[in-house]
Amino acid sequence: MSPLTILIFLPIVVGGVFLIFPRMKDQTVKVLALLTGLIAFLISGWIYLSYDLQAGGYQFVHRVPWLPALGIEYHVGVDGMSAPLVLLTGVVIFTGVLVSWNMPRIREFFGLLFILATGVFGVFASLDLFTLFFFYEIAVFPMYLLIVIWGWKKTREYAGMKLTLYLFVGSVLALVGALAMVFQAREQLGYLTFNLLELEKVAFPVAFQKIWFPVVFFGFAVLGGIFPVHNWSPDGHVAAPTAVSMFHAGVLMKLGAFAALRLGIMLMPEGAKFHLPWIIFLTLVNVVYGAFIASVQQDFKYVIGFSSVSHMGLVLMGFATLNYHGFLGAGIQMFSHGVMTALFFAVVGMVYDRAHTRHIPSLGGFVKKLPWAAVAFIIGGLTSMGMPGFSGFVAEFPIFMGVWRYEPWIAIVAVVSIVVTASYVLRVAWRVFFGELKSEYQDVPPLLIYDKIALIVLCAFLIGIGWFPRLMTPWVHVGTEYVLALLK
Amino acid sequence: MTNELLLWLLPLPPLLAFALIVLFLNKSNKASHTVAILSVVLSWLGSMVLFLRALGIGAEALAEHPMHDSLVWLPGKTSLLRIGVYLDPLTAVTLFFVAWTIVMIFVYSVGYHNYGQPKGDHDEKGYPPHGATVEEHGHKHKVPSIEPMYARFFAFVSLFAFGMYLLVVSDNLLTLFAGWEIMGLCSFLLIGFWFKKESARAAAIKAFMTTRVGDVFMLLGIAYLYVATGSLAYTDVFNPEVLHQLAHSPAPVLGMSVAGFIGLLLFIGTVGKSAQWPLHVWLPDAMEGPTPVSAMIHAATMVSAGVYLIIRVFPLLHAAAEVPEFLSPMPIIAFIGAFTALFAATIAVAQNDIKRVLAYSTISQLGYMVAAVGIGAYVAAAFHLVTHAFFKALLFLGSGSVIHGMEHGVLHTGERIDPQNMYNMGGLRRKMPITFWTFLIGGFALAGFPVVTAGFWSKDEILGEAFAGHHMGVFWTLAVAALLTAFYTMRQITLTFLGEPRTEAAKHAHETPWTMTVPLMVLSVFAVGYGWVGVPKYFPVLGGLLPHWFQEWVGAVFHLYVKEEQAVSHSLVPLLVSILVSLGGLALGYVVYRGVTRADQPDPLARPLGPIFTLLKNKYYFDELYAFLFVRPAYWLAEVFTFRWLDRTVIDGILHAVARLSWNLGQFLRNYIDLPLINGFGDALGEGAKGFGRLFRAIQSGRVQHYMLVALAHVVAFLMLVYYYATMS
Repeated sequence: MSPLTILIFLPIVVGGVFLIFPRMKDQTVKVLALLTGLIAFLISGWIYLSYDLQAGGYQFVHRVPWLPALGIEYHVGVDGMSAPLVLLTGVVIFTGVLVSWNMPRIREFFGLLFILATGVFGVFASLDLFTLFFFYEIAVFPMYLLIVIWGWKKTREYAGMKLTLYLFVGSVLALVGALAMVFQAREQLGYLTFNLLELEKVAFPVAFQKIWFPVVFFGFAVLGGIFPVHNWSPDGHVAAPTAVSMFHAGVLMKLGAFAALRLGIMLMPEGAKFHLPWIIFLTLVNVVYGAFIASVQQDFKYVIGFSSVSHMGLVLMGFATLNYHGFLGAGIQMFSHGVMTALFFAVVGMVYDRAHTRHIPSLGGFVKKLPWAAVAFIIGGLTSMGMPGFSGFVAEFPIFMGVWRYEPWIAIVAVVSIVVTASYVLRVAWRVFFGELKSEYQDVPPLLIYDKIALIVLCAFLIGIGWFPRLMTPWVHVGTEYVLALLK
Repeated sequence: MTNELLLWLLPLPPLLAFALIVLFLNKSNKASHTVAILSVVLSWLGSMVLFLRALGIGAEALAEHPMHDSLVWLPGKTSLLRIGVYLDPLTAVTLFFVAWTIVMIFVYSVGYHNYGQPKGDHDEKGYPPHGATVEEHGHKHKVPSIEPMYARFFAFVSLFAFGMYLLVVSDNLLTLFAGWEIMGLCSFLLIGFWFKKESARAAAIKAFMTTRVGDVFMLLGIAYLYVATGSLAYTDVFNPEVLHQLAHSPAPVLGMSVAGFIGLLLFIGTVGKSAQWPLHVWLPDAMEGPTPVSAMIHAATMVSAGVYLIIRVFPLLHAAAEVPEFLSPMPIIAFIGAFTALFAATIAVAQNDIKRVLAYSTISQLGYMVAAVGIGAYVAAAFHLVTHAFFKALLFLGSGSVIHGMEHGVLHTGERIDPQNMYNMGGLRRKMPITFWTFLIGGFALAGFPVVTAGFWSKDEILGEAFAGHHMGVFWTLAVAALLTAFYTMRQITLTFLGEPRTEAAKHAHETPWTMTVPLMVLSVFAVGYGWVGVPKYFPVLGGLLPHWFQEWVGAVFHLYVKEEQAVSHSLVPLLVSILVSLGGLALGYVVYRGVTRADQPDPLARPLGPIFTLLKNKYYFDELYAFLFVRPAYWLAEVFTFRWLDRTVIDGILHAVARLSWNLGQFLRNYIDLPLINGFGDALGEGAKGFGRLFRAIQSGRVQHYMLVALAHVVAFLMLVYYYATMS
């Protein structure tokens, strides 16, 4: 059995065990969950590192017939684009468990979280349309429960509903588009197949691509947070409990962007060439608009929520350039932003758990009580403002090169977001962590050791890739070459 | 050790010191400053070895074959980006002044932060030390107390030193940019060092944001350069063929060539970093930081890096200027530089804070260098860059010493006065003789006191080139600025050191410890001596005696790209003008300000200049103007337009309208079609809905496992179905 399959099904098995045994002790749950998270992290890291860069293509492929009559298979494998994302999911599940140490009803919480993780791993690895949608729905469905049950009381029902509706509408659109492709392919091939590798080779008629590309691309881009259908994301991020926000912004949004790439751009390159000029404009709005809104939020978590909208705009913008640098940067940005935003939400959660407020003007001076969180936040902030030496720069610099090559004016406008990002990161860092510590926060408890481990792991990735881009760029390079070959 | 290896190692000791202090030594003051100083001394040693070896190689040979080594940093298609180290004559002279000023400022910081003094009575992290009470000979008195974040200071400045070395030794614009940003970050951290002071926080954010505006344009310039040439290394980009191509292809905007447009974008980075108009507003506020920071970051090294950048990319600018069919960025650069030089000098005349005068003076002097680049006088710009770094670092450290002495007096007398206001000083020459003499040397160098000081030679060279190149607008603007420079310098010296003490505190001021005075003395040697390496050939008597070393040394780099011009007849007019404005300004400054005898006396210029003086004192209201033009509209755009209106009203409004519509549609279907029409069927549906409601209540009550069991059952059923189909086929 492929290690990839083990990685995909390990979380759901453990999650299922949690849900089936209601009498399991919290302590047992925690230990089991931590072990599972660690093992998932290690397997994903091992897969990432043993991906053969010379050979390229899809590796760790595991293929089992599922519904042969319909051409449906369980078919998974990773390439240079998805290997970093599988690693990202491993990182986030491990750190997500670490920061959720004191969640109420922890057994159900981890149970659902692990089911979510299986869905995410599955989507990143799917090489079959049916498998992909199957895992996609597994990823979206526990989200609603996680938000509605464990979320922030004030907005959880609204946000959970909003998120679920948006994502389901998006996935229905994408599903319709995908089925259209499958049936069109049957016309051309003479048999029914859901195999992505075969579909990649089918040259769909240009007129067909022009109609169906926006449907598929948008269906997934909703989950990537594209303007103007981004509004589920800040509300959803804020309402969700910490680990879920980390998953949500860190991994789920990448799921949308990745699927938009794999099913939209890679399967219908002609449609992409036709439609992306106006889509790149939308992503430009994302980038600037999200940054501006983040800069005026009074709620700590909303700042990060809207910053995700802005940074995901960069990912989609990189894709939309359809050139080497754009793809390369976007690929790295998916990983970098995933880790960075997970770090941000972890820090927000740590502060909120102690202050019981996220209202920025009411906070202050937390560096004294939570120095680790403060340093981690600053590292995340520097990453988000594209400071050299952090992974954000390694990602954003190629994106801007790609965008410049595509159209300089877009790069000039988009670069405004870097300035605005710096402004809100500094504002939040100063207001929350520096200044005077209020008297009511004098006795807040320090961070747990688990929190610290999570912060260290996340920061290590941001700094490690910032200094040694060769830890990631060769992978994304291989993936990018593959995508570009399809675009020719 | 080979030269290349040494170059690679040069930036590392300060980085190591930073890591060591942050991780292990942050509790120990002594260990932290020992490690920090040791690290910069190591880098200094390496720099000096390289400098001497470079001298051994000789200018021509080094310019043609610079020390150079690189490796792949960002792998990708054909090794996307390489990073490396590079040393040519320009790097060598930059390294020389960077190494010296950094070591001196590190040593000075030990004294400045009151090492060896007792802990403060009420000092806390985030505020400057307030002083400690000690008992001596049976009575209590207050003395300065040690900085509570002493170790942190040395950690930050070490990181800063790393950034500066990285910038200087890098062989490409990418690592240069990395060093540039690291310095920007350190500048932010150090301006806001006393982070509990609201003013320091505001100044730090202002500095970071303003320079960031320049930085992003610079980043775009770098991206454009990469897109156009496929490389960022100096050796690739400044290849004559590449330059020729860049200079002859049109850029998308402004009617410039690609080379010109990239040059302009990079220059905007300089405008931010070197605090040129219109992005100058952050530098005066940056004086909120500790004085060694002002000396190092905001005078000698970081702000000089902006000028270093445009001197470094001069082949690009030069190539762009050579092609007549495209607009050249050079006049823009010359204009901004000259304008800034004059504009900042006028503001400096009306400031009372000893450090703010120097801040505006720095802006003005950087304007000189930028203007020099703009008229093509690269060597003169580089020369002034070096001399200015020495004498301005000296002046800042001197002002820090003065403030320190004054604070000592304030603590002793308990007066409530501002120890940085020059009107509260006076007569300090007797109390602080070393500070006085070194400050005098620095001040005279700044004013361009003829022949003996370094500032004279470098400034004269810029004026001479402007005159020779027939840039008369630039020449006269800079000449007037030089007059003002001499005037405000003498005003500062007169108010601070001459006359009689105007407050009790000034009477009790005290010379500072040796850790502070020794750096002053060392720097004053350079403030005088460094000028002698750049005595032009045509200067009467001396020109024949001394070799024009700087011109030959740094000029060798430029001669690779700029064709040797035929000997221009050197007029003595600029020389005479610069002697005249220097001496005239100094004399005027003394005459006007020697009569100030009381601390609360109005400025002697206030009455004759009237409203103009108010305008100058308020820095032409640029802060207010920017708040009105940019800050508030940006906030409005973000808060009211984008967030409240577009995001929450329009986009969410549509969503909510759709939701309400479907709710109403459901109501309508239920009440007007379903209930009356399909009644029987509707009942069944109603039962079903109730059933769903119960299920939902079960979830809401929190028993997730029930729901999960249902879900599991569905999955099992689904899988069975799948199996069924699978076996059927």
